[in-house]
Amino acid sequence: MFGKLSWEAIPFHDPIPLITSIVMLLAIAAIAFWVWRKGWWPYLWNEYITSTDHKKIGIMYIVLALVMLVRGFADAIMMRAQQSLAIGASQGFLPPEHYNQIFSAHGTIMIFFVAMPFVIGFMNFVVPLQLGVRDVAFPTMNNVSFWLSASGALLINLSLFLGEFARTGWLGFPPLSEKQFSPGVGVDYYLVALQISGVGTVLTAVNFVTTILKIRAPGMSYLRMPVFCWTALASNLIMLAAFPVLTVALAQLMLDRYLGFHFFTNDGGGNSMLYMNLIWIWGHPEVYILVLPAFGIYSEVAATFSGKPLFGYRSMVFATMVICIVSYCVWLHHFFTMGAGADINAVFGIASMIIGIPTGVKIYNWLFTMYGGRVRFNVPVYYLIGFMLTFVIGGLTGVLLAIPPVDFVVHNSLFLVAHFHQVIIGGVVFALMAGYTYWFPKAFGFTLDERIGKWIFWCWFIGFHLAFMPLYVLGFWGGTRRLQHISDPSWAPWLHVAFLGAAIIGLGIVLTVVQLLYSIRTRDQRRDVTGDPWDGRTLEWLTLSPPPHYNFAVLPDVHGEEAYWTRKQTAIKQDQLIQEPDYQPIEMPVNTPTGVIVAFFAAVCGFAIIWYIWWLAILGLIGAFAIFVWYAWRDENEHIIPVEEVRANARERRRIRMEHLHKLSQST
Amino acid sequence: MTTEAATIGLTHGGSEDTGLGHRGPESKSIVVPYGFWLFVLSDMILFSALFASYATLVHATDGGPTTNQLFDRNLVAIETVALLVSSFVCGLAMITAKRANMMWTQAWLVLTGLFGAVFLFIELYEFAKMIGEGAGPQRSAFLSAFFTLVGCHGAHVTAGLLWLGTMMAQIWSKGFKQHILRRLLCFSIFWHALDIIWVAIFTIVYLIGTLP
Repeated sequence: MFGKLSWEAIPFHDPIPLITSIVMLLAIAAIAFWVWRKGWWPYLWNEYITSTDHKKIGIMYIVLALVMLVRGFADAIMMRAQQSLAIGASQGFLPPEHYNQIFSAHGTIMIFFVAMPFVIGFMNFVVPLQLGVRDVAFPTMNNVSFWLSASGALLINLSLFLGEFARTGWLGFPPLSEKQFSPGVGVDYYLVALQISGVGTVLTAVNFVTTILKIRAPGMSYLRMPVFCWTALASNLIMLAAFPVLTVALAQLMLDRYLGFHFFTNDGGGNSMLYMNLIWIWGHPEVYILVLPAFGIYSEVAATFSGKPLFGYRSMVFATMVICIVSYCVWLHHFFTMGAGADINAVFGIASMIIGIPTGVKIYNWLFTMYGGRVRFNVPVYYLIGFMLTFVIGGLTGVLLAIPPVDFVVHNSLFLVAHFHQVIIGGVVFALMAGYTYWFPKAFGFTLDERIGKWIFWCWFIGFHLAFMPLYVLGFWGGTRRLQHISDPSWAPWLHVAFLGAAIIGLGIVLTVVQLLYSIRTRDQRRDVTGDPWDGRTLEWLTLSPPPHYNFAVLPDVHGEEAYWTRKQTAIKQDQLIQEPDYQPIEMPVNTPTGVIVAFFAAVCGFAIIWYIWWLAILGLIGAFAIFVWYAWRDENEHIIPVEEVRANARERRRIRMEHLHKLSQST
Repeated sequence: MTTEAATIGLTHGGSEDTGLGHRGPESKSIVVPYGFWLFVLSDMILFSALFASYATLVHATDGGPTTNQLFDRNLVAIETVALLVSSFVCGLAMITAKRANMMWTQAWLVLTGLFGAVFLFIELYEFAKMIGEGAGPQRSAFLSAFFTLVGCHGAHVTAGLLWLGTMMAQIWSKGFKQHILRRLLCFSIFWHALDIIWVAIFTIVYLIGTLP
């Protein structure tokens, strides 16, 4: 009846997961109760959970990412603590089977459920606004995508409380991840959670490629799109082409585990190196899925806070698209040691070095954007400069790793761990924090506290370098990754410094919460009344903060690059806005619970597959199909916002803007 | 560059030649099939990974049966014809749907489904026969790859049939509305794309596999 599920699945004898899950369950219950007491459930249901508004969906993605960041960081600090304790005679506090689950969960969560939803959240929130349109191409599908990602995250967290998580590393390499060596449900949790969220990601990619290529404001030609839109386009093209390969690799591993196939097994002619190839054909482009939008954020920040157009816009676009393509031609550098031969290794080594060239172009473009500009040192600029310092070192260690003979020496060492954390924290996380500060006022109508924001930056910057520079050294000394116990006592000081660094990053995460609460409390002093708190250059700053559901009363007519900047400067110069347009009623998509219900059934089905409860799995599938058919039968697709409402809102916006621009016009 | 922007010198420079796509948002009749095409392309990449796996493992027979001992060209020829005819009939259904002819549209769609079902039936028969002979997917890596590649196509056809049934019911109850026609167009894109993949399977798996 319940497959493999029994009372033994709950970790009664393991205090760490047991206490953590009890605390988590209590926290969720407390929040749910608090929301109920405040009477906010209907608001949440109508305004967020069932919303098809790209801005609301973007915010939900980012909330998901921040919550999962806490979980992923808890894993990280436990690993650092274990490694700085379990030296020589001491065994630390984590037994090997638990430690292995923690590093697997850390990688899986940080990539799939922190970095991905964070980046997708920004694309959701920003891209339609920057393109000057009212929504993405498929608003309902957007909601479905989000809830599928959330289902995946739910299953990953459930593994803490019921059963176990994979002990195979974040990519689940066979033959270790095969049934023979990992008989438990851990790998199944991993596989099913990623398959469900992977479907959501492919749908997101379809949605955004269509949006960027087909839905833009009049006059917004390709070479007038802001760089963030270009990087979002490149990132989504990669998602569209890379995620199906991940789906195949994981599906084949599932077939091996569930039905006794022989794709990657040691017997029956299976070939585990096939899995390595497939997973990295997805895995390397995945790096660029994350880092390209990050580059987009830096581009926006550099131009805005330097008060200058982005230096070398066209070369930036070109570099982005070159990276988009070359990202597919480097995957083998993850396993030079496979022994594919000198020729193949040389080709992939050279390709890996070539991809550094467009990235270098970008670094110079940001530098020259700042050069000669009147740079305002707000929090996002701190991250921009911190990124350039950190990322260049990470890129250089990457070029070292791209040389096959060097890679043979440091393969799977702590040197590698330091390298990819340097590019992902220094490249992606810094950008996410910059974007969070930069677009927060657009989303909520007030800015985040600058002073605490700078403390957070210093925590990340100093903490990162303390945590990972020692790992480079240890990697050179032969330290391999994923060690549960360290036998050489001379490593102790380096590992203690690394722990200190992780603790400082932890302080930064705590301060992020403090900053949010403090900024909410003092929001009346930090209101963004004009909709343009940073003197921005792209169209999202044209509308009010927070923007109305329909974003723009009339789609802006775009002339030239930097659509909004041009318009703003013209208005300041002439001391008047453009002539009031003829307002029309606006059609907007209606909200729908389809996404959350489909995701519920997907989660039920996934849970049933993990625990071999086949009747429930079939029930889940039927439920998901039934809700789709029910949705397909709808007649009401859109609701009309009456012209009076549009006109009243637009006039109010024009009055506010006129006041603001008049002030600027007087001051110049 | 507009004159006002030029006079205050605030653009990047560059010409007024703006490249493609400056007409504003496209209509739904463009956007929906375009998005669906992207999904189909992504599906093709899924199949390309399955093809690559098959090509890697085709000789990994672990002492078990090889392609030449298993495949029957004649049976697969009939199977292929059934699928191609199904696609052709689907095209006819599209033509009649554009003319809003309910009876013929439904008739052609029924035929589309029937030919699809014939294809699926032959495939299942082939699978059952192979498993009966001890050449199931658990036998060797080659057979794992074979069953996954061909079975994944079969799963797509099954999903297509489910979709087809739903579409027929929808056309029957709602008539030829714009959004229903768009969905029918997407279905037909899907159905034809499955043909393209089948032609590749036919060539790479069955034809090359039965070379002497």
